[in-house]
Amino acid sequence: MATPNTPLWEVFIRSRNGLAHKHVGSLHASDATMALQAARDIYTRRGEGLSIWVVPSSAITASDPADKGMMFEPAESKIYRHPTFYEVPEEVGHM
Amino acid sequence: MYTQALNTSDADERSLEDAAQAARFQARIDAEERIEPNDWMPAAYRKTLTRQISQHAHSEIVGMLPEGNWITRAPTLRRKAALLAKVQDECGHGLYLYAAAETLGSSREELVDAMLAGKAKYSSIFNYPTLTWADIGVIGWLVDGAAIMNQIPLCRCSYGPYARAMIRVCKEESFHQRQGYEIMLTLARGSDEQKAMAQDALNRWWWPVLMMFGPPDQVSQHSDTSTKWKIKRFSNDELRQKFVDATVPQAQFLGLTIPDPGMKQDADGHWRYSEIDWTEFKQVLAGNGPCNRDRMAARRKAHNDGAWVREAAAAYAEKRRYRHAAQAAE
Amino acid sequence: MTVSNIQVSETPLVLYTLRRADDALVLGHRLSEWCGHAPILEEDMALANMGLDLLGQARELYSYAAKVEGRDNDEDKLAYLRDVRQYRNLLLLEQPNDDFARTMVRQLFYSAFADLYWRAMMKSSDQTLAAIAARSEKESAYHLRHSSEWIIRLGDGTEESHARAQAAVDHLWAFTGEMFAVDESEQALIHKGVAIDPATLRPLWLKTISDVLAEATLALPSSEWMQQGGRSGRHSEHLGHLLSELQYMQRSFPGLTW
Repeated sequence: MATPNTPLWEVFIRSRNGLAHKHVGSLHASDATMALQAARDIYTRRGEGLSIWVVPSSAITASDPADKGMMFEPAESKIYRHPTFYEVPEEVGHM
Repeated sequence: MYTQALNTSDADERSLEDAAQAARFQARIDAEERIEPNDWMPAAYRKTLTRQISQHAHSEIVGMLPEGNWITRAPTLRRKAALLAKVQDECGHGLYLYAAAETLGSSREELVDAMLAGKAKYSSIFNYPTLTWADIGVIGWLVDGAAIMNQIPLCRCSYGPYARAMIRVCKEESFHQRQGYEIMLTLARGSDEQKAMAQDALNRWWWPVLMMFGPPDQVSQHSDTSTKWKIKRFSNDELRQKFVDATVPQAQFLGLTIPDPGMKQDADGHWRYSEIDWTEFKQVLAGNGPCNRDRMAARRKAHNDGAWVREAAAAYAEKRRYRHAAQAAE
Repeated sequence: MTVSNIQVSETPLVLYTLRRADDALVLGHRLSEWCGHAPILEEDMALANMGLDLLGQARELYSYAAKVEGRDNDEDKLAYLRDVRQYRNLLLLEQPNDDFARTMVRQLFYSAFADLYWRAMMKSSDQTLAAIAARSEKESAYHLRHSSEWIIRLGDGTEESHARAQAAVDHLWAFTGEMFAVDESEQALIHKGVAIDPATLRPLWLKTISDVLAEATLALPSSEWMQQGGRSGRHSEHLGHLLSELQYMQRSFPGLTW
C-alpha cells in the first residue's frame, strides 16, 4: 500500500462543568480540520464536550517514568509549597 | 501519557528483560498499580495485550455487520434510529480500542492489515447470520449481555489505556442490552408469529453465545500469564456460568425456552448447561463458520474501495503543508 | 380488514410537512446504508451521526404531519405504509450512494440548501415548524461543513478523487433545481408566513456551492435543465427499491407492534 499511515492525534475535551481539558483518547485523521471533526463525532456524542483540542501525537513529549524519582520527589519534599504547611489562625477565615 | 511512540531512544536497551525489572513489574501488578504506555513491561505482556486489545477492536468493527444488516429494514422509525445509534457505538468502541492498542507501539494500519489478511481474529459470534428481526433482539440481549460480563472486569485490567477504554465502553453498553431485551419483550407479547420468530432466534444463537466465552478452562491456552498479569480477572467457565445464571430467568420472563433440554438447576441455584459441542467452535475459528468469508469480504471491500478516499485526504494534507510552508517563506 | 397503503389527507400544511419529513427520512436512510462500509472508521461515525440527525428530523416532522392531519396516522404509518407515488421527497435525496464522492456531493448540495432553509424557517409563523427549524439548523450547519471539507479534499486531492468528484457534481447537478421550486399549495403557506419561498435562497446557495467547488478545483456545471417530480410523487426508479427495503417488515407482517 503506497499511502503513508494516516497521522495519529490525541484528543482533549473540556466538558460543560470542567475546568481543564481532559485526555479522552486518540484517532486518525489526515489533517487538523478533519481531526477536529472526527473528535466531535467520536468523543462528544453524548454531550460530553464544550471545547475540543486535537494535537498530533508526535508533538507530545512525555515524562519518562524511570525518571519519576528525579522529576517528582524533590517537590514532594518541599513541604513549604503546600498550603497545609502554614497555619492560619481560624479568625482569619478560609484561605 | 498516551503517546503512541516511546519518546526515548533507549527503547531497545530497555527491552532486554532483566530479572529485577520483571520482579518490580510483577510487584506493581500485585499491588494493583496501573501500567501505562511508557512504563517498562515484559515483551510478552506487550505482545499479549496488543493481541487481545486489537482483536477486541476487530470484533467491534466486524460486529457492525450482522446488526448493520437490519438498519435499512428496521420495522419502526424508533427501532431504526436506536439500531443505527447502537451500531455507531460499536464503531466508536472499535476506535477507542484501536487507540488503546496503538499505545503499545503497533499502528492501526498494521493491526487492521493483520485482520484483513486473516492473521488476527475477531469474536466467533459475528460469523453467524442475522436472518430475522428477532435476531437483532437476541444479539442485544445475549451477545451484548455476554460482552458486558467480559468487559466489566476488564475495567480493572492492569493496563491503563485498556481499562480506561473499557470504562468508556461499559458506560455506553447498558443501552445496548436494554434495547435488545425490549425488542424481545415486544415480540414475546406479540402475535404467535412474533413469538415463534423470537424462539427461533434464541434457538439459533444460544449455543454460539455460550461459545463466545471461549474454550473450557482446562483447554484455554492464554489464561495463566493473563491471570498473573491481571489482564484476565475471571476464567472462561466462571464468566460463562455467571452469564447463564443471569440469563435463564430473563428467558423465563419472556416465556421462551432455552434450547438445552438437559439444563438443570443444581443445589446452589446454578443452571448447569449441557456439554458444548466444541467442534463447531473450532470450525468457526478456522474460518468455516456460516459468515466468515462474507464478513472478511465486506471488510476487505470497504478497505479497498476506500483507498482512493484515504489517498485523496493524504494528498490534500501534503499540498496544504507545502502551501503553508511556501507562505511562511515569503 | 387491513388496507395495504394508508391514505393521507394532503391539505397544504400536511403536504408541506410531509415533503420535508420524506426528505429527511430518505436521505437519512441512504446515509445509514454506509454503516460498516465507509472508507475510514472515523467516517463511519460521521455518516451515522448525520443519518441519526436526519432520522430525528424525520420523526418530528412525521409526528407533526400526523397531528395536523388529525386522523389516526402516526410517524410509522406515514413512513411505512405509503407507496412510491405518495412519497414527496426531492429526487436528489433518493439517488443511490454510489461512491463516497457521490454521497458527499449529494450531502453538500442538500445541506447548503437545508442550512439556509432551516435558518429562514426559524421565523415561521408555525411554532412547531419554527422549533424544529431551530434544532435542524444546527445539524445542517455541521453537515454542510463536513461535506464541504470532504469535497475540497476530494477535488484537490489526487487525480482519481478529482475525477470522481467532478463526475458526481456533473451527475447530481440536474437534481438541484427542485429544491427551489414552489407550487400552488406552498404559495398559500408562504403568504401566511408558515413557509418561506425557497427561490429566495438560491443566490446564496449558489454562492456557497461556487466557493466550495472553486476551492476544490472543481468546475461548476453550466447546464440549466433541472429534473423535477419528486414533490408530486413522480420519482426515479431508485425510490421503489429503497422503499421495498425500508417498508419490508411492516408490509410482510401487517398490523403488529415492534
